[in-house]
Amino acid sequence: MAEDPYKVLGVARDATPEAIKSAYRKLARKHHPDLNPGKPEAEEKFKAASAAHDLLSDPERRARYDRGEIDAEGQEKAPPGYGGPGGFNPGGYRRQAEEPFGARYGQAPEGMFEDLFADIFEARRRAETGPRRGTDESYRLNVAFLDAVRGATRQLTLPDGKALSVKIPPGVVSGQVLRLRGQGGPGGNGGPAGDALIELDVAAHEFLRRDGNDLRMDLPVTLKETVLGGPVVVPTPHGSLRVNLPAGSDSGRTIRLRGKGVAGHGQRAAGDLFLTLRVAVGTPDAALEEFVRGWEPEHPEDPRAGLEFGE
Amino acid sequence: MITLDILCARFSSLQEGDLERWICAGHVRAERRGAELIFEEIDAERVRLILELRDVMQVNEEALPVVLSLLDQLYALRRRLRDLGALPG
Repeated sequence: MAEDPYKVLGVARDATPEAIKSAYRKLARKHHPDLNPGKPEAEEKFKAASAAHDLLSDPERRARYDRGEIDAEGQEKAPPGYGGPGGFNPGGYRRQAEEPFGARYGQAPEGMFEDLFADIFEARRRAETGPRRGTDESYRLNVAFLDAVRGATRQLTLPDGKALSVKIPPGVVSGQVLRLRGQGGPGGNGGPAGDALIELDVAAHEFLRRDGNDLRMDLPVTLKETVLGGPVVVPTPHGSLRVNLPAGSDSGRTIRLRGKGVAGHGQRAAGDLFLTLRVAVGTPDAALEEFVRGWEPEHPEDPRAGLEFGE
Repeated sequence: MITLDILCARFSSLQEGDLERWICAGHVRAERRGAELIFEEIDAERVRLILELRDVMQVNEEALPVVLSLLDQLYALRRRLRDLGALPG
């Protein structure tokens, strides 16, 4: 059980905070362990005075102590200002200074340290007051497939509510990072702002596939269109186009539409759109069945000729 | 290894300006490694002592060299006595 903190400090129970502080200072000056290396009892007295002061200098805890809610040991806390690793550590210097290494603080010629270290502090001050570039901020932006094909300008809402206008050039791919100069964190002391780094995530498309800057798409055609050929209307990312199918176009045949892929950008030319024909026979049709049943090819061919795996 | 930033972070009442003054006056020692200052544990305890002298015992900055110089002489003497076996190790 620790002693009554009022008794330790030698003050009355109604002592003012100033009187308590003054009493503590007097005791600290007398008993500080680093100033009394040969007297182990000084350390105990200093510890007791610090603990008593710690309790009584906190109005809330002093009141709780006065009401009997906590005892004199109701704390084992470091005095404010001396916290951190090690916390309250009376006599810490003394223990170090009495070792041979304590000679670090022997007598030294005057003025030598200023020349040695002044420039380091000077450099730190300069670093603090000199212009500092702002930090780069990273964001992610989901990009629609067609925006990556045609290019677009989209708004990115930042966590602070600010909206950033992002120009997406045609041809971007997932994982690509756009750098918006000066849109990152603000600079310090007149330094330039950092950049906004925007990582793009390009979504997939229902019908279209990217192949570099070319696009690929299956084009369903009717039996009649594939046999007779002729104009069909094809929707593309750049609007609908009339495409002339050659007569007798087999399923799987590829038709290339030049410049209808990913839009050109700068020096880069536009990609192409490749259509792969897929014959759609459609719902059963009695007349068609009747016709095909009675139909004899002019030049019978085996479409599976050459489809052999060998031995 | 204790750097300047670590040392400043250890003591909430320690300002970098204080430390600069004390280092330039030789009250606190440091090693120089490139553009960095490196401190030993004894230097951190020395800073704690100076802070306690200043904030608790109200030893002002002018009186500090006198107090520290007397302390350094006292500890030099005690190290010497210990070397001679006159003090318990």
